[in-house]
Amino acid sequence: MKILVALKQVPDTETKIKVAADGKSLDPADVKWITSPYDEYALEEAIRLKEGKGAEVVALSVGSDASKDVLKNALALGADSAVLLKGEGQGDPYAVAQVIAAYAKDKGFDLILCGNKGLGGDNAAMGPMLAELLGVAQANVIVKLELGDGTFKAEREIEGGSEIVEGALPAVITAQKGLNEPRYASLKGIMAAKKKTIEELDAAAVTTAAQVSALALPPERPAGRLLQGDAAQQAQALLQALKDEAKVF
Amino acid sequence: MILVFCELKDGQIRKPSAEALSEGRRLADASGKKLGALFAGASCAGAAEAAKFGADVILTAEGPSLASYSSDAFATVLADAVKAKGATVLLAAATAVGKDVLPRAAARLGAGYASDVTGLSMVDGKLQAVRPVYAGKAFATTSFASAVQTATTRPNVFPAAEKAGAGATEALAAPAGDFKSVVKEILAKASGKVDLSEANVIVSGGRGMKDGANFKILEELADALGGVVGASRAAVDAGWGLPHSMQVGQTGKVVSPTLYIACGISGAIQHIAGMSGSKFIVAINKDPEAPIFKLANYGIVGDLFEVVPELTKAAKAMGIGSN
Repeated sequence: MKILVALKQVPDTETKIKVAADGKSLDPADVKWITSPYDEYALEEAIRLKEGKGAEVVALSVGSDASKDVLKNALALGADSAVLLKGEGQGDPYAVAQVIAAYAKDKGFDLILCGNKGLGGDNAAMGPMLAELLGVAQANVIVKLELGDGTFKAEREIEGGSEIVEGALPAVITAQKGLNEPRYASLKGIMAAKKKTIEELDAAAVTTAAQVSALALPPERPAGRLLQGDAAQQAQALLQALKDEAKVF
Repeated sequence: MILVFCELKDGQIRKPSAEALSEGRRLADASGKKLGALFAGASCAGAAEAAKFGADVILTAEGPSLASYSSDAFATVLADAVKAKGATVLLAAATAVGKDVLPRAAARLGAGYASDVTGLSMVDGKLQAVRPVYAGKAFATTSFASAVQTATTRPNVFPAAEKAGAGATEALAAPAGDFKSVVKEILAKASGKVDLSEANVIVSGGRGMKDGANFKILEELADALGGVVGASRAAVDAGWGLPHSMQVGQTGKVVSPTLYIACGISGAIQHIAGMSGSKFIVAINKDPEAPIFKLANYGIVGDLFEVVPELTKAAKAMGIGSN
């Protein structure tokens, strides 16, 4: 079995967002970059499949040289090889899906795993777009995955519960928190990864369908008010204010 | 034409779909276009209600092959309808189904896609979208280059406004079977309550709750206010047995209720990212320096174990939530 794991480098969740001078991108100063947490669940699942059933795991990222950190980490965790598709990695999910599809289409992957969304961009779109471009099945926001003989069974999070999706391989499966508990890289893994090389390819030329034309910070929230008195008085004052001033009820 | 894919539940249009449809009507009026409402399923009984939200045309793809949700089958229905009607804009609500099917349909159409948008407009005949990024720490404007533009609308942001439309009906062919993936079973939560992403009132607990069992007092307050209970990452990761589906924040659910009551939540940046889109925020915390107070419209510095039960009692006395 051959598994492709697509990984994205994103700003850490604690990042304070500043808009760059161009008015449409993130100011990269002081940003700590990490692997998108949802992609970590995807990678962990691939490594567990490799350990359980035997599989070849290829880690892939689209982006600049900086994204090599994400791939080095994936190699340290157990990916067999890593590919960097050099090009724009932070923009249009349709463009990224086309870049990955162009790379993956003739390589015989049985399973493509990635996060259900890239933290930050929050598009939650690359996975299903990739599935469509490759003409394969998809299952998104997955918290449990079982593989059969050329088939998959996945539990997917929906409003108020979950649902079981069944389909044929190859498939694009996008991971949600809860799928597994990602491991940390071992010293042995880190040492072994140092001996591996990251294959670097130019990203295919693709059409951009949508792009960010402006980035702005949210408006400041108005100053709030502290409610005084004992617990009963505070409770009463709060509900009255929500009813009369905020008109919530 | 502006086409809006709508979901039915128990023979009625789901609220997030009605919101998307209303926004579609507004955009259609602004650009002189027709509004089409698109339904798919084994039965589309109830689709006629779309006329109430301004649909000029109601398109229904009905057939046994659409009885269970299938990403590729539904994507086929959406993409074929766009092509058949020459639609230039395709919308849906950012629900579990909407977020699954729209990107797939968009890729088939070579169309740009903006997800979970909070603002839409027509600029020079093309859709333009505003959407939260970095879980609401910033807002991005998405401009489209493609001939067809697609977007999903965040629930609870766009008002569902009734406006009569012609509602002419048209049946579409349902795709033939043998799909790549199909939903076989739905495992519903027993509560039957609305999801956090669609809730109007959320009562959320953090590390200050001290134990999972203590969330019972939040459940009681939520019940009194007609809301649902959420949790911070600190609470979900504390090993109290709270499911991840309860988590509000950048790595959990991003919510935009009318009222968000944060109990014992300090206000870590990753939590704030997930709930700062709430219309009104109430913070209850014993630490007056907690960052959550900077965000709150109303703050109570006090012991949540005293304040929350008092709130439940007062809400019941005032008859709040019963309407």
